[in-house]
Amino acid sequence: MIITTENLTKKFGQFTAVDQISFSVAEGEIFGFLGANGAGKTTAMRMLSGLLAPTSGRAKVVGFDVATQPEDIKRSIGYMSQRFSLYEDLTVLENIRLFGSIYGLKKVELSQKATALLEQLQFTEQRNTLVGALPLGWKQKLSFSVAMMHEPRLVFLDEPTGGVDPITRRQFWELIYAAAGRGATVFVTTHYMDEAEYCDRVSIMVDGRIAALDTPAALKVQFEARDMDEVFCASPPLLKSVPHEDFSRIPAKRILARHTRPT
Amino acid sequence: MISIQNISKSFNKDSVTALRNINIEVERGELFGLIGPDGAGKTTLFRILATLLLADEGRAEIGGRDVVRDYKAIRRTIGYMPGRFALYQDLSIWENLQFYASVFGTTVAENYERIKPIYSQIEPFKDRRAGQLSGGMKQKLALSCALVHKPDILLLDEPTTGVDPVSRKEFWDILQLLRGQGLTIIVSTPYMDEARLCDRIALLQKGQILEQNTPDGIVSGHSEPLFSVRGPNMFALLQAVRLWPGTYSCFAFGDSHHAYLRPGAKPADLKDFLHQKGFENVAVEAIQPDIEDIFMHLLPA
Repeated sequence: MIITTENLTKKFGQFTAVDQISFSVAEGEIFGFLGANGAGKTTAMRMLSGLLAPTSGRAKVVGFDVATQPEDIKRSIGYMSQRFSLYEDLTVLENIRLFGSIYGLKKVELSQKATALLEQLQFTEQRNTLVGALPLGWKQKLSFSVAMMHEPRLVFLDEPTGGVDPITRRQFWELIYAAAGRGATVFVTTHYMDEAEYCDRVSIMVDGRIAALDTPAALKVQFEARDMDEVFCASPPLLKSVPHEDFSRIPAKRILARHTRPT
Repeated sequence: MISIQNISKSFNKDSVTALRNINIEVERGELFGLIGPDGAGKTTLFRILATLLLADEGRAEIGGRDVVRDYKAIRRTIGYMPGRFALYQDLSIWENLQFYASVFGTTVAENYERIKPIYSQIEPFKDRRAGQLSGGMKQKLALSCALVHKPDILLLDEPTTGVDPVSRKEFWDILQLLRGQGLTIIVSTPYMDEARLCDRIALLQKGQILEQNTPDGIVSGHSEPLFSVRGPNMFALLQAVRLWPGTYSCFAFGDSHHAYLRPGAKPADLKDFLHQKGFENVAVEAIQPDIEDIFMHLLPA
C-alpha cells in the first residue's frame, strides 16, 4: 500500500476538518478523492502530502510517516494544485528547468527529460513561450508533466481540470492513464463526475469523514444510481449518519486491467 | 432586453483577440447560457456588458440603453456577479450584504423579499466572515449581493466553477426560481451539462460563437451518427477504437466512449476490428449526442 491512514484527524480550534479517516491506496491505482466543497478534501490532501501535521491518528505515505517524516514525503511525491502553480513570467523551458533542478535532477538528465517532455506534449515549438500566454488546458498539462518529471511513485492532483475545455480535459486524463501505466499512483480530486468514472476507486468525503469508498461500478450498485453524478448527489443525505468505517481493508479490485495495451 | 451587435475586443496591442464579431439577442425573462472553457471570451463579454470595459468594435444595449453612453443608468439595473469571488473576505455575510445595499442607496430590509429564497439559506451564519465560508455558501452570498438592489438583469460569470455537483444543482434551482420571477439572466459556465438548463445558449470558443440556439435546436441540428463503445479495459479500448480507419474521433465519456465514425463506416465493422484486436464483449450502440459531444465535434481537430 502506498498510502495507509488510521483514524487520521485534523482539527482547527473547535472545528474538525478531517474526522478519523481510515483508508488505503494501492500502488499503481488511480484514486478519486471526491466530496462537496468544505468536506475536508484539501485538508486531508495537505496532510497526506506532508504540508500539514495531523492532530491525531496516523498516516504512512510512500513508506514515510506524515507526522515525523514530512520532508521525506515531499521529496518522494508529485503535487499539482488546483490553482496553476508554474511561473507565468518564465518560459515553458525555464519552468521545466527550474522545477527539474528543484527536484534534484542532474544537468544531463534534466536536458534529456526536458526534450522528452516537450515532445510528449507536442510543445517543442512553444518551448520559449511565456507560460502566462498559454491556454489554461496547456498549462495544466505542462504542470502535470512537470510534477511527474522526477518520476514520483505517487502524485496528488487537486482539481487539475477545472475550467479546461472538454477535449483538453480528456487529453489530461490520457496523461494520467499513461502515468499510471508506467506504475505511478494517482490521487486526484475533481468536480466532473464523468472523470470519477475514470478512477479505479473513488471515495466520497462528507463532513470530514469518508462516507463511501469503492469502485465506480460498485458504488453505482450500492446507491442504485445510473452514473457517478447520481451517486454523488445521493450520497450526502444517505451517508451523513454512517458510523466511522475502516475502509483500509477494502482491496483495490481491478487496477491491473488497464496496463494491458492493445496488440 | 440585451442586444449585442458585432462586438470585438483585443488585448495587448491587438495581439490577443478576446472576442470576434459577437452577435447575441436576449429576450426579456430569458435564461441565456454562454457555454465555453477558460479563454473562450466569456469574462470579456460580461465586462463589456457590465460597462466595465470598452469594446473595440460593435455596440451593446441593455434595456434599450447603450453600454457606453448610458453606463450609469445601466449599472443600476444590472446585478453582476464576477467570476472571482469579489466580496470582502473580512466582512461578515450580513456586513457584505448591507454594504452592497448601501452602495445602491437602498437597504436590505427594503428588498428582503427578492433575496429571501437565497439569503435565507445562509442567514443562520450571517455573522460569519465571508472568507470562512464554503464554496457553495460564498456563491449564495455573492448572488444575494448581486440581487440586493432589485436588478432586472443578472450577469453571472461562471457562478458554479469549482463548485461540487450538489451545490451546483442547488444554484441552478435558484436560477430557475429567479427566471420565474421575471429576471433576465445571462450565465456563463464551463460545465456542458448545465447548457441543458438554459432557454438558449451560445457555444463559445476562442472568442467566437460556434453555434447559438436552444439546447434542443443545437442537438437536432447535428445528425452525424454517434456511437457509444463499452467494454472491458476501457483505456486500451479507447486507443484501439482510434486505430480503426473508420473512426473520425473517439473520446472517453464517463463509463463509455463516444465515437463519431467517418461517412460510410459501419459500427459492425468496428466491432469486428475490435474483436480482431482481442477485445471481447464490446457493445457498440447508436446514441443521441449531447451538447458536450457537439461542442467537441465543432472544435478543430
